[in-house]
Amino acid sequence: MIRVTDMNLDLPIVALTLANGRTADRAVLWASATRGSGEVMDAVTNTGISREAEAEDLRLRALMRSAQDGDRVAYEDLLKACLPRIRRRLQRRGVDPDLVDDTIQDVLLTIHRARQTYDPSRPFAVWLAMITDRRAIDAARRHHRHAMHEVSSPDAYETHVDDSGDPQPFVTTNAIDRIRGSIAELPAAQRDAVERLSLRQQSLTEASQETGRSVGSLKVNLHRGLKALRALLNPEGRS
Amino acid sequence: MIGASGPSHEEMIGRLVGDLRPVRRTRPPLVDTLLWTSAVAAFALVLTPRVNFDALAARLTAAPDMWLALAGSLVTMVLATIAAFMLGLPDRDPRWALAPLPGLALWLGASGLGCLRAGLEAFGPIPTHEIIDCFAFIVGFSVPLSGLMLLLRRRAYSLRPTLNAAIAGLAASAAAASLLTLVHPFDATVLDLGVHFIAVGVVVVSNGIASRRFGGA
Repeated sequence: MIRVTDMNLDLPIVALTLANGRTADRAVLWASATRGSGEVMDAVTNTGISREAEAEDLRLRALMRSAQDGDRVAYEDLLKACLPRIRRRLQRRGVDPDLVDDTIQDVLLTIHRARQTYDPSRPFAVWLAMITDRRAIDAARRHHRHAMHEVSSPDAYETHVDDSGDPQPFVTTNAIDRIRGSIAELPAAQRDAVERLSLRQQSLTEASQETGRSVGSLKVNLHRGLKALRALLNPEGRS
Repeated sequence: MIGASGPSHEEMIGRLVGDLRPVRRTRPPLVDTLLWTSAVAAFALVLTPRVNFDALAARLTAAPDMWLALAGSLVTMVLATIAAFMLGLPDRDPRWALAPLPGLALWLGASGLGCLRAGLEAFGPIPTHEIIDCFAFIVGFSVPLSGLMLLLRRRAYSLRPTLNAAIAGLAASAAAASLLTLVHPFDATVLDLGVHFIAVGVVVVSNGIASRRFGGA
């Protein structure tokens, strides 16, 4: 059984085929075996693939045929029509969202360089899907290779000795003084909640027992206190 | 690349449209296959004056495995040629790369049978010049045949250029090995067979490496 993800078909065709209760294998056979438009129409009738998808494919074939002959308007229309199809296919292939735009451009370049290999008597969707899938694999491999050369170390900042000679600490004395000053400006209940829960890392139960306030009240005061602190430390509202 | 300095998709499309020139479509793979195998046949014709047909007929009649080995190399050549041209088109099934395997199995199996039949004699000494000649013949014929295939595939665009070139190399070396049978109709000894397949391997790997260095896709 051929998996749906291995197929050389465009998404709408797959979706329409499956929606019509046909097996994926038949759709693959349609995509790989059909040659002339007459055969495609027969296949469409047999497999339940919508006439809209077929008509769209015929339109793209015609555009590509004109592009092969040097028609720039047709070529522009074709590439623009390809964009959403490529994006959908890449997303479906699980390409990292950060890589999708780069990969789309790789696919566009490949379409340009390989345009002479397209045979207008064959489905355009299959030709495009094969190129897109291959470039998706290439992108994933490149990404993997880059990742192999990078080291993830969340503790690096704490364990790495800064030998740059820069005496500037992460948090300056000035900043600490500002935070202290701002906390002091908070209303007593909020200040108490911030000091206990945020600075001393007390649990809500501990703080509740020591202050005699309810857990709910402490939560509300902590939330309001932190919000007020943010406003005091960042009066212009920058993040 | 897209980023602060990369083009948007619309800009990229604009550039590609600006660069558009009319192109000639690639020929159907089977037409290219026919052209290339015709060239191999032409090479065979050129070799005809050097062929001892009586010796060839006698050996092929006496040793059926030699027929099989020749058939195996020819089937490998034809299937690898079709596969090489198919893989030059993006919308063809990449499993075409597996097509030469049955021919290759027949070729290796029959050649191995020849070695077994020759028995201990097979391990006897072989003149060094003969080994070098076989090696040089396969590699020497593979170079122009690979070049011709490259010429026929110049409008192709493979999504797997290295694999495609390696399959093309297999086709060329299988053709050269088939031609070798015409002028070298002897039992394949283990050493002989080893030299043949090392030569085939050298051609396949060289094609693959060349495509990585000079290939486009």
